[in-house]
Amino acid sequence: MTKLATTEAVRRGGSYSHAVVSWIDADGYPTTVGTDFGTEPESSTVTLGPFHADLKPAAGQELCVTFSHIRPQKGVGYDERRYVNVWGEAAITGRNVELVATRAAGWDEAEVPFFEYAERNVPRARNYLMELGATVKLSPFWTFFLATRLPFLTATLSPVALGAVVAGRDGAFTWGTFLLVLLGATAVHLGLNMANDLFDDANGADQANVTPTMFSGGSRVIQYGLVSRSSMFKACVAFYAVAIAVGVFLAATRTWSILWLGMVGIALSLAYSAPPLRLVHRGLGEPVTALGFGPVMALGTYLALAKTWAGEPVLASVPIAILVALILYVNQVPDRVGDAAVGKRTLIVRWPKDRVIAVYVALAAVAAISIVANVAFGVSPVWTLLALLPFPLALKVRRGMTAHYDQPYALMSFMQDNITLHLGVSVLLVVGYAIHMIFG
Amino acid sequence: MSGVLPDDVADLFNRALVGELTVVNPAGEPVTYPLIPLYDGTYIYLTSAALFSKKLEHIKANSKVCFSITDPVAVPDGPFGRVTVQGDAVVIEDDPHSGWEELLPLWRAKEPVIDSFVKKRFGIPLFFERSIIRIDPRTVTWWPGGDTSVAPQKVEIERVA
Repeated sequence: MTKLATTEAVRRGGSYSHAVVSWIDADGYPTTVGTDFGTEPESSTVTLGPFHADLKPAAGQELCVTFSHIRPQKGVGYDERRYVNVWGEAAITGRNVELVATRAAGWDEAEVPFFEYAERNVPRARNYLMELGATVKLSPFWTFFLATRLPFLTATLSPVALGAVVAGRDGAFTWGTFLLVLLGATAVHLGLNMANDLFDDANGADQANVTPTMFSGGSRVIQYGLVSRSSMFKACVAFYAVAIAVGVFLAATRTWSILWLGMVGIALSLAYSAPPLRLVHRGLGEPVTALGFGPVMALGTYLALAKTWAGEPVLASVPIAILVALILYVNQVPDRVGDAAVGKRTLIVRWPKDRVIAVYVALAAVAAISIVANVAFGVSPVWTLLALLPFPLALKVRRGMTAHYDQPYALMSFMQDNITLHLGVSVLLVVGYAIHMIFG
Repeated sequence: MSGVLPDDVADLFNRALVGELTVVNPAGEPVTYPLIPLYDGTYIYLTSAALFSKKLEHIKANSKVCFSITDPVAVPDGPFGRVTVQGDAVVIEDDPHSGWEELLPLWRAKEPVIDSFVKKRFGIPLFFERSIIRIDPRTVTWWPGGDTSVAPQKVEIERVA
């Protein structure tokens, strides 16, 4: 329930079909009657009734008047939930009762979507459960799934697969090394996700964000009490330890060059949100993400497999580097209020809506052009032009951002489209290389 | 009567998608919350997420409550009437994680989509940490047809407990 001005509450009340009047009877029980009503918003007055003489409040009694609405959806349930409560003293005028509202509250899911309404009440829920001696629970699988933000691993799979397929074309692919690289890269990514959550918890960004979505606002496992900060920290350290161990093993067994690239990758992942650099706070989250989840991973994979440096995996990864940065970019749109509140000045916080959208379109265009350029300059095989097919999704994302920039939940499907764009381009680049290897 | 409530009233409870729970706050004032009523023939059940637990605190401090059905739109598929049931409520929350799931068959009958929400409880886990509000009915006041300007019918309920 959100507090409302009484005039506004009564004005809203006038749009409902009936009023529900509650008062406390002589036995101390609340009693309630649904009735007709009229409103005068200017004076915060509600006139209720007519009542039957046997059942109406007494003059001077404190009343709660509720206006409530739903829309039934047969076979589903209902939607369009909204209600308004006003309180005030009863004045009797014949068979009617008049109330001048002295305070009011309510909720309308068209204004505050249910998920935001729920999110605003998370501290209350945690305190309530703590007093009960209970804790929020999920299965170990779902807790791990949420805490690691597992679905975002597509951002790692894409450059690793691309680096591997380029190495494969050069006759340097082996499954054992590929799987080890994948393990190491995955560990860095999951460690990074957890580190980011820990830092966003410490600086208050996630708490300040009351409109998280399945793609933005962090994993929320700390805020919801699903995982303690210390457990999150231990898991984060464990993932980085696995990444370092894999990196050292690959360095020792393949080429020591991998160690330097691995250190760059880990440094970027930490500098992203860890002080003192906190690059994402300085509007540098996108370039860091592009570098880490593009050239660094693609080249690292190639290096581990081919044991030599090469420019092709770097150039081939440019489109997916741009598109992965655009995932972060768009996903920060719903986070911008919470981010701004704690001084996390991402590009989305710094720029107005029009510039944000224009830069999105420009960068998506650069990603598409880079695919064509790679083919034109003989870097990538012609079949990689297949990766242009998903780019109309960028126009859909632009339309979604234009229409729903201030509506996080309406924006969700377009965030999904943006992720699909990155994944689709990545898969088709890999397919393009595979076709080239098979058919020449 | 096949249950505690008169048959016509039980029918209203079984069809109502939403009604109003009114509790007493510490200042002695009524506070009303729209909720889905579930009726098993003996008690009226409601559930509340820990997220929206204020009403639970009020009930624990003062068990006197009433539940009303007033909105014709929220009572589809049959004759409408308005009803107010006063009673004493207890909050059952030995197991907020899954204790409320025993009410799922009654809940599902009114809101079939609940099953898909439960499957996705990982998306909003605190919504599915829930307490049960069990109302032991004391008096029933109802208006067949829903016109509350006329004399209501009243029934004192023989208490279960």
